Amino acid sequence: MPEPVILLDDLTKEFPADPPVRALSAVNLRVERSDYVAVIGPSGSGKSTLLNTLGLLDRPTSGSYRLDGIETIALKDSARTTIRGSRIGFVFQSFHLLPHRSVLENVMLAEVYGPAPRAGRRDRALRALERVRLSHRVDFPPGRLSGGERQRAAIARALMSDPSLLLCDEPTGNLDSRNTGAVLDLFDDLRAQGMTIVVITHESDVSDRAGRRVRITDGVLTEE
Amino acid sequence: MHPRDLLNEAVAGLLARPVRSALTTLGTVLGITTLVVTLGVAATAGDQIVGRFDELTATSVTVEVPEHPFPLVGWADVGRVTRLRGVVSAAALAESEQSANLTVRSNDVIDPTRVTDQTLAVLASGPGLPAAVKGRMIEGRYFDAGHIARGDKVVVLGRHAAELLGITRLTRAPAVFIGTQAYTVIGVLGDLKREKSLASAVLLPPAVGERYGLGTVTRVLVNTGLGAAELIAEQAPAALSPGNEALLQVISPPSPTRARDAVEGDVNALFLILGLVSLVVGAVGIANVTLVTVMERIAEIGLRRALGAARRHIAAQFLLESTLTGLTGGVIGASGGIVVIVAICAVKQWTPVMDVRLAVMAPAAGAVVGLLAGLYPALRAARMEPVNALR
Repeated sequence: MPEPVILLDDLTKEFPADPPVRALSAVNLRVERSDYVAVIGPSGSGKSTLLNTLGLLDRPTSGSYRLDGIETIALKDSARTTIRGSRIGFVFQSFHLLPHRSVLENVMLAEVYGPAPRAGRRDRALRALERVRLSHRVDFPPGRLSGGERQRAAIARALMSDPSLLLCDEPTGNLDSRNTGAVLDLFDDLRAQGMTIVVITHESDVSDRAGRRVRITDGVLTEE
Repeated sequence: MHPRDLLNEAVAGLLARPVRSALTTLGTVLGITTLVVTLGVAATAGDQIVGRFDELTATSVTVEVPEHPFPLVGWADVGRVTRLRGVVSAAALAESEQSANLTVRSNDVIDPTRVTDQTLAVLASGPGLPAAVKGRMIEGRYFDAGHIARGDKVVVLGRHAAELLGITRLTRAPAVFIGTQAYTVIGVLGDLKREKSLASAVLLPPAVGERYGLGTVTRVLVNTGLGAAELIAEQAPAALSPGNEALLQVISPPSPTRARDAVEGDVNALFLILGLVSLVVGAVGIANVTLVTVMERIAEIGLRRALGAARRHIAAQFLLESTLTGLTGGVIGASGGIVVIVAICAVKQWTPVMDVRLAVMAPAAGAVVGLLAGLYPALRAARMEPVNALR
């Protein structure tokens, strides 16, 4: 049986305070390859903490987190950085595109820190942009793109390193309904291509499109 | 991370804010320009000063002859010095403590109502003295070989001594009395460019001077052609007293190279401080702006960390950005400095003198300043936690 992409076991995250603030409480989660999971919950429920933990941007206080079968808890910072760069693609609500670089350069940035060779980087970036149907905007600066196009450019950047997991933090939070639909259509396509997607959202439009929904309330995760 | 990617990212980071980058560079430009101009002008001015180096000082050599059980230098030995290539004139002098303050009168009548005595230095000298002291005979003539050989009781007065003694003309062969001995004044020596103290002295031929303890040469004055002083200073002792040259002390003018170095040193010390202060100001500017840039680019740092950038990649990028800022400032500053030096030389009609290494060292100095200035901001950027940077 193949390893799940994500396997959380009693994962807990506490922030230092008096008393400590428990953001994640004994979370258990299993996400198989090609799963499309929506994590929903109100503000302050622990959604972002869960995303940061899954993205190896933050360390849990206790428990276990296996990504592609690799136990990440005890890994050093450098190893976590390498895994983050090669196995996880991030899509942010505010796109995080570099404003002074072209769309193509923004996408190519995803390979700058990884082991992929420089040769062919441009072609790979063009293919990633093709996957998100943005080939006609390669030389545009992000400022000249619509919101939906910007998010598609960010998704192309996330796909560039061919990750195992696409982590999306409120990916449609800054988009109108038409662009939201386009991005969600894209997620459907990617899932169909075998991509594992975890979306954090509080929008029902988004969570309804996911194959599976989990709710987080006060740091406690429950399946819906 | 491939070095070319690092360079691309750093250049792109700088070009993203071109006006800010240009203004940041300006601090280094000013610092490096000041340094280059300082060093260049110092070298050029040093050369100019050497060019105008006092000809008299540069051509005067003095050989001091210490007391010794036997005379180290005879009166006739000076002839060997004058034959050295590069020597223009030379003369021997004899001085003694005993003769430094002798009473000299212009007549033998002791008049208690008037001051007729003058206390003057009495020296003996060889025949070539007027040329050796670069003076001229205002009245009369100097001793010749005949006076010396015959031991004639004659004197030559320095101009001031002649005035003190009231001797203005020699047509009536005036005499002066040293103690009770009368001497005929045959000449007045004036317009001395060297050994100006002789203007107040009474000069005797060597043979006559013996009675005042002036029989032994104590000093030899040598004038050389331009550029020959150093060589003559080396050769003169051997020519004057072969075998005893180590006992003679030579006073020679400072070498033009040393003089130039000294001038350069003085000018450099002064203006280098100014240049370094400008450079420090430039460095503070770079550090300040880089720090502000780091704070402004927190989200970008977070993104890069999310994309797999390690802390060292973030530090390297900001460090390279600040180093490139410094390097650019160094290149522009060095170029500007050279232009300024050339402009100064064109106005002053000087020949620009510059160390070629400066053209390489100045940009390198700019780069080092940028590197050092970027250290703290780069470390700040590298220390950021990605989760905080993305928040």
